[in-house]
Amino acid sequence: MTRLNNALLLLGCPELPVQTGIALYLANKLAKKDVGVTIAGTRSAINLIKVSDPEGNYAKKMIDLDRCIENLAEKRMDFDSCFVFIHNDAGISYLTTMRSISDADLFAIVFGSDAEMLASMIGFECEKIVARTAHNPIPLKKKIDEVL
Amino acid sequence: MGCIEEMNYEIILKNTSFKECREFVEKNFKEIYKVKPGYKMFDVYLIGVPPVMIGVDVDHVVFPYTKPCYGTFLLRIRGEEEIALLRKGGGT
Repeated sequence: MTRLNNALLLLGCPELPVQTGIALYLANKLAKKDVGVTIAGTRSAINLIKVSDPEGNYAKKMIDLDRCIENLAEKRMDFDSCFVFIHNDAGISYLTTMRSISDADLFAIVFGSDAEMLASMIGFECEKIVARTAHNPIPLKKKIDEVL
Repeated sequence: MGCIEEMNYEIILKNTSFKECREFVEKNFKEIYKVKPGYKMFDVYLIGVPPVMIGVDVDHVVFPYTKPCYGTFLLRIRGEEEIALLRKGGGT
């Protein structure tokens, strides 16, 4: 990893419980490395983060997912690194879109029952953090710890 | 953002995948444009895996629309201005 001053965590649908916990864990881990973290997600995904971290100890900056895509596409902002949370086909679409509209180094955090199949759909080079888990965050946490 | 939901749209495919949308457009429309993810259509930036296929059906555009919790839809919306932009070089 060559540059890591600011990072975007791009959340998917929050239907799988591991997402919120791992997002907060990763935000904390990055913050301890002096990385500025912004979390993008749907209203529900962001609200889960806000309720889980009511004083903003871990999630300091948050942005609506559509607004984030708009700002990136219009080159109004960008990040050194982007961690895309993927547990369905839409997640792959968002990861690939990030590759088109951002210069960030991409990390694909792939989880859920179809994690391996989804990871195999990623047709370009990026760091893949893959764990077949939906409820238990530990397998994904371990994979993140190996990478960061 | 997101006012596509307030437009008069027809859902051609729902809860589908970007791959199925691409194949449907290729198979069913003669006038097709390929755009990169992030291409602006109406007031949204298209999410997808390149090439993102947009079909032209007379005065309507047919394109994939992705939402994180609902997957990808293939929508058909009237859009003379969008067609003009595509023909002018917005897509290839």
